[in-house]
Amino acid sequence: MDRKFIPLLATAGVLIALFAAASLMYDGFASLRVVANLFSDNAVLGIAAVGMTAVILSGGIDLSVGSVVAFTTVLIATLVGKNHIHPLLAAVLATLIGALFGWAQGGLIQRYELPAFLVTLGGMFFARGLSFVVNMQSVGIAHPFYTAVQSASIPLGGKASLSAVAIILLLVFAIAFFVAHFTEFGRNIYALGGNPESARLMGLPVSRTRPAVYAVSGACAALAGVVATLYTGSGNPATGTGLELDAIAAVVIGGTLLTGGVGFIAGTLLGVLIFGTIQSALIFDGRLNSWWLRIAVGTLLLVFILLQRSLTRGKARHS
Amino acid sequence: MNLLLSARQVSKSFPGVKALAGVQLDLYRGEIHALMGENGAGKSTMIKLITGVYKRDEGSITFDGREIHPKSPKDAEAIGISTVYQEVNLIPTLSIAENVMLGRLPRKWGVIQWRAAREQARRATQRLGLDLDVSRELSGCSIAIQQMIAIARALDVRCELLVLDEPTSSLDAEEVEALFKVLRKLRDDGLAILFVSHFLDQIYALTDRLTVLRNGQFIAESMTADLPRLELLGQMLGRKVEAAQAAHHAPPDERPTAHPKLVEARDLGLRGVVGPVDFTIAPGEVLGLAGLLGSGRTETARMLFGVDPHDTGDLRVSGEPAPLRTPAEAIRRGFAFCSEDRKSEGILPHLSVRENLLFAMQASRGPLRRIPRAEQTRIADHYIAALNIKTPGPETPIRNLSGGNQQKVLLARWLAMQPALIILDEPTRGIDVGAKAEIEKLIASLREKGMAVLFISSELEEVVRVSSRVVVLRDRKKIGELDGSFDENRVLNMIAAPSSSHGDS
Amino acid sequence: MATPDSPGNSRPSLLGSALIWPLLSLAALLLFNLVWQPSFYRLVVQDGHLYGTFVDILNQGSKAMLLSLGMTLVIATGGVDLSVGSVMAIAGALAAVLVVSAGLPFAAALVLCLIAGALLGAWNGVLVTFLRVQPIIATLILMVVGRGIAMLITGGQIVTFETPAFVYFGNGHFLGLPFTVTLVVIVFALTALLTRRTAIGLFIEAAGDNETASRFCGAPVRLVKVLVYSFSGACAALAGLIATSNIKAADSSRVGELMELDAIFAVVVGGTALTGGRFTLLGSIIGALLIQTLTTTMYNLGMPPAIAPVPKAIVIVLACLLQSPAFRKQMTGLFSRRATA
Repeated sequence: MDRKFIPLLATAGVLIALFAAASLMYDGFASLRVVANLFSDNAVLGIAAVGMTAVILSGGIDLSVGSVVAFTTVLIATLVGKNHIHPLLAAVLATLIGALFGWAQGGLIQRYELPAFLVTLGGMFFARGLSFVVNMQSVGIAHPFYTAVQSASIPLGGKASLSAVAIILLLVFAIAFFVAHFTEFGRNIYALGGNPESARLMGLPVSRTRPAVYAVSGACAALAGVVATLYTGSGNPATGTGLELDAIAAVVIGGTLLTGGVGFIAGTLLGVLIFGTIQSALIFDGRLNSWWLRIAVGTLLLVFILLQRSLTRGKARHS
Repeated sequence: MNLLLSARQVSKSFPGVKALAGVQLDLYRGEIHALMGENGAGKSTMIKLITGVYKRDEGSITFDGREIHPKSPKDAEAIGISTVYQEVNLIPTLSIAENVMLGRLPRKWGVIQWRAAREQARRATQRLGLDLDVSRELSGCSIAIQQMIAIARALDVRCELLVLDEPTSSLDAEEVEALFKVLRKLRDDGLAILFVSHFLDQIYALTDRLTVLRNGQFIAESMTADLPRLELLGQMLGRKVEAAQAAHHAPPDERPTAHPKLVEARDLGLRGVVGPVDFTIAPGEVLGLAGLLGSGRTETARMLFGVDPHDTGDLRVSGEPAPLRTPAEAIRRGFAFCSEDRKSEGILPHLSVRENLLFAMQASRGPLRRIPRAEQTRIADHYIAALNIKTPGPETPIRNLSGGNQQKVLLARWLAMQPALIILDEPTRGIDVGAKAEIEKLIASLREKGMAVLFISSELEEVVRVSSRVVVLRDRKKIGELDGSFDENRVLNMIAAPSSSHGDS
Repeated sequence: MATPDSPGNSRPSLLGSALIWPLLSLAALLLFNLVWQPSFYRLVVQDGHLYGTFVDILNQGSKAMLLSLGMTLVIATGGVDLSVGSVMAIAGALAAVLVVSAGLPFAAALVLCLIAGALLGAWNGVLVTFLRVQPIIATLILMVVGRGIAMLITGGQIVTFETPAFVYFGNGHFLGLPFTVTLVVIVFALTALLTRRTAIGLFIEAAGDNETASRFCGAPVRLVKVLVYSFSGACAALAGLIATSNIKAADSSRVGELMELDAIFAVVVGGTALTGGRFTLLGSIIGALLIQTLTTTMYNLGMPPAIAPVPKAIVIVLACLLQSPAFRKQMTGLFSRRATA
């Protein structure tokens, strides 16, 4: 058994245990509908977490994703509502802007050797402020195309069905999985996070890969913003606050090493589902409040970071 | 034989230093060629010129008859020159197959063909006689295997010249033999190999021909088998060495009772790093550690000071057992340590000369009992004058000082503590001749005052001149000790003697 | 720096170069206000208290100034503390509950909150030093969990209070100025004294400048780091009490929101390098005042508060670029090329 799969197995174990516990405690929790809803309800987080996975794998961090989500939602609301642009075109435009924004951040980090957390912290401020420049309040989006997409779903039998946003989430994960494991770009990200100096000496295009990784994260965040408008039917400049932290937590709980180079796209999906399961359980309970979600996620984050530490330390002693 | 690479009149300067001056080097297909030289000889500069890390200032390098100007390691690789470094430059978190293939993974419409990639990686490793599961993670392999995987990667591109920069420094005897077997096979296949190592035994066991550099200049090229070890050492160190006369016994220590031992180390060692080493140091004595680069001198010093604490053997200070686990503990025992790596382990670059000078003293007093400013200035001024430290003032950041003056500040840092033992690791490296002489004079005066000194230098001449006794290290082990009357010749003879069985100590 | 023997005094050139940018920016902002909105400079005395935009800036900026003092020391060791906003929320919640539900006098609650803040900081410090978790991540954990803990303390409610001492803490006046100004002055003086009159400041700078060399000299690097994070936690607790007092209520989800960013901003703009080493407390105070002046100026110009982050982001990235050796090299290269052309 490869040691690198241990965190992934632990994550899967935690998810199963959590789901089983919630099913025992709450009637009706163990249903296909709840499972299907996990995907719909956490699509925004999940898509943003895919981008975050890429950044963390490359040895960086992106704190701007929550703000980019917010910016995208108001941008789309404005483009569709005021400028009467077709939602599909607006979505493509917004995703490109997100990618460009991420690329600019990555460029600063690579070119001027600035700390990633600081540049993306600046990006977080910038995009948040910009969202309020575009629109101060939450605005609804009304468009026939939106209504059509929002009501589209694949029935799974019973009362369960897979909504459009859930399908988008799964598609993004499938593409990410393919890129991470079957393209040169994906492998370069792993190499960059594993040891940037070696990657350079091995002749890999480090100076192009790093900005590209942040562009991917920006694009994912923007796409998450598009999905957020589908999910809520509105554009809100205040949405997505703290989303970057949830995304980082999902990535780490999913078994990706914060030091970069080791991790799994599939793990991130598990991390997002753990997040969603806790949230659903809290809603089912009704007595417990949402702050328990923060505490549970933080505790899991701590446990997984310590697990990572012990694994990497064990490895250091090994060699 | 078939000439592959030929360098003529190659020169390279860095600001303030002429690293190479008119050096020549010829490499033939089907030979293993050693590049020899001590610190500052210009070996690594030469390698970096060949592999495209640096650009040469003057001279020509031809490869297969054509003049080449590699601009980057990747560029050199395209020409046919691949390099494997001392620290394995691979990605430990990826699989073996990826480490061999990364950058040229076989793809179909952009999709990586893993089966083909693994197959190619397997062939590349099998060529070196390795039987590995290439889908395993690299970090699970021993350093030796990683080293060979790095070679497999280097060879998988069209490679005609393989440059190995100290590939054996972290391998044990068995692993070295396995590596050599592979290298000999590659040589017989017609590859040219440029090999850099500090281990004389390995040079004689492996290489066919060697080039010696010293102080950036070409000294000699010889067939390895025809060159006696002593002569090689003489070429490397720049002096004539005669075979030692029948070892005459040193006169017995005249003052054995007057000087109770301060430090007694018996079979001291750190597994996988250094040892066993044993030695004693008495107050008023300078013990020299001699040996070639990589012989374990610095490792011994770090072990003694508790930086990398020993895990075998026994250490006593003033007769009491003293298992020093941290530098702080060593300092409490009256130890002081001037590291060879002034920049990353010595100076606090942005802090002032005064703060640097008083830092160890302040650390020993703890954070709350701050040394009064007036006293700080007095001590700083005293040492600046006493050691003739050239600085605009005590408040200048230390990084603005020259290397020699930085070194003097670091010496002052420890002298201010009035230590019982001071460990000086390469205290004169990279500093000008004047400062060097001053530091040697200082050591002599410290000895007269009754301080114990452990002195390490790669300049053998200096070790002999400064020390009252010399412990000789080779391959990270103590191989002997010289007392009474000794000279460079005797030290060199000891180092050059082919190692007997591994059982000696 | 206040103390006579700080490194700044003995080397005015270094301090000058570190403080020149924030001071120039502040001057530029003040000049802008002089031209565009002279009302900015109006001060009135009412009931013996001073009122005016300047006073507002000092009062509003007090939280960022307090946080920046702790953050300066953390950054000087080469770390960073992202948890200060959450610690503010916890302290506010704890104080409100202690005063309202437990009926403790405010002074006792204050002391307990400071201890709690220091302990939370020490937790960060232990993760960073003993478990060797990167500072960003170690403090991120508390950032995530902290607000949950604050909610837990208040039971998810917004706890309101009228306790005079607590209300005075963030809203009262002392010597004609808001009491928060006095508080900042006291904490600043204590910090300067503690770091510069003892060797703690030296140890902090040494740990950030060259940790290995520090350890080789026998300096207590780990202890210093844990202390520094504790201090940052205590500063955050104090700032949290002010924020809570300001609105006379413990609102766990809002108190200290995004304040960690303002604190890091103040330190970086103030001239302390993110890589650690030399620090300047005065620079961070100026940095904090700079952001507050920027924010206030924009409010006065009628810009909605929500847009304020945009210029902040631009300034923070510029400040980083100015510190980046690669950027400086490129700039000097650009200028020298122009000069020769």
